[in-house]
Amino acid sequence: MSEIKKIKNLKEFSTSADRFEGANLLCPGCAHSIIVREVLNATNDDLILSAATGCLEVCTAVYPYTSWDASWIHIGFENGSTAVAGAEAMHKALKRKGRLKQDRDPKFVSFAGDGASYDIGFQWISGCFERGHNMMHVVLDNEVYANTGGQRSSSTPIGSSATTSPAGRISYGEKKNKKDMLAIMAAHGSPYVAQVAPNKWKNMIKAIQHGFEAEGPVFINAMSACTTEWKFAPEDTIAISDLATDSLVFPLYEIIDGQKLNITYRPKNVVPVEEYLAAQGRFKHLFKDQYKYLIKEWQERVDQKWDYLQRREEASV
Amino acid sequence: MENNGWSEFEIGAMLRSFEGPATNIATTHTEDRNYSASNSFTASVADWRIEKPVFNKDYCIDCQFCWIYCPDMSIISRDKKMIGVDMDHCKGCGICVEVCPTNPKSLLMFQEQHDDEVALAEWPEKETKEK
Ligand code: SF4
Ligand code: SF4
Repeated sequence: MSEIKKIKNLKEFSTSADRFEGANLLCPGCAHSIIVREVLNATNDDLILSAATGCLEVCTAVYPYTSWDASWIHIGFENGSTAVAGAEAMHKALKRKGRLKQDRDPKFVSFAGDGASYDIGFQWISGCFERGHNMMHVVLDNEVYANTGGQRSSSTPIGSSATTSPAGRISYGEKKNKKDMLAIMAAHGSPYVAQVAPNKWKNMIKAIQHGFEAEGPVFINAMSACTTEWKFAPEDTIAISDLATDSLVFPLYEIIDGQKLNITYRPKNVVPVEEYLAAQGRFKHLFKDQYKYLIKEWQERVDQKWDYLQRREEASV
Repeated sequence: MENNGWSEFEIGAMLRSFEGPATNIATTHTEDRNYSASNSFTASVADWRIEKPVFNKDYCIDCQFCWIYCPDMSIISRDKKMIGVDMDHCKGCGICVEVCPTNPKSLLMFQEQHDDEVALAEWPEKETKEK
């Protein structure tokens, strides 16, 4: 078993040598890249990576360039997870037969957007988790199909204006609530699932390292603020992310062995959901008189969820 | 078509990140890596910028907030010290400036064509909070 990388504080962490390169084509201020850096820098072990079709994939593998300093594969929209699962299964088989040239245990990680995880790649991920591959699936959750022009996914929240659920005179935009993927993946009996956010880097590293140590398929839902589709200025990515975690719209928590839930971040000052919504163009229409009731409903939903998470944590279930 | 074995297959679009053997990349910094021409590190996105960050080391406390939150691996930190910005890969997003906690800030955005020396000479004074 390889050693866990020691990351006591940010200064120590900053001695890491990135295995993800610049001059990729992600938008200025894109949180995807911040998340990828935090995940890859959480270990010094070898990495076997994949990306499903999506912003991360199209922007980091533009022929004749690659932005990845580790083994990386892309096949299709749906099968980023199974590509890595296949590599993991092969590694296990070769190891068992004593045919590995070097006896090193790489980390297997698949990256995918919410579209490729919540919708298109869902049954493939479910298959990987049911078969119990020793891998980590990281969702870069920007709540929309950003790569193809901002169509809604099953992660798009109520009231958000997306190109296939636009807000206008007779509609407030997306009508369905965001799918609870963490609960679904925990129900697969996964040893570790967690919701993380790049602005809470320490929390994130802890979750990723916990995930790397776990035996079996690990699911990470990483909030990825999207300057283009959420409609905010590129320099505000971290400020928007702070609003998301501190308003509890994105509560940070983990579920161990499909059962034990822990809240991993408690904001000192909880900010109103309204502030989070007001900072983004995709929710602009909610501030018109006719739709203001949705903000109130949203706050109620967030309060209810937080209450539920706390009760589960307390009951240790 | 002939029936080929695995080893005869065309490799398709396989790109190598490095020339020659690449071991211990996780502990080797960019200056000591042997990048291949197909690594995007060898490319530049400098022409994406309208504004650029300028670094003033006089005020920097090496907190590394800029390092962790830069989406483009463009804050160069060595031995726990922030030493500068990689102007080939910086896209000018401005996140580093936003997260810099010092007063005055140790990173500020200037127009791309602005001279760095002039920018440093024009650096704002410490802001005092109005009572
Ligand atoms: S402006 Fe953006 S890309 Fe450039 S160094 Fe700052 S955070 Fe990095
Ligand atoms: S955020 Fe500011 S103070 Fe901190 S290391 Fe960067 S430049 Fe220095």
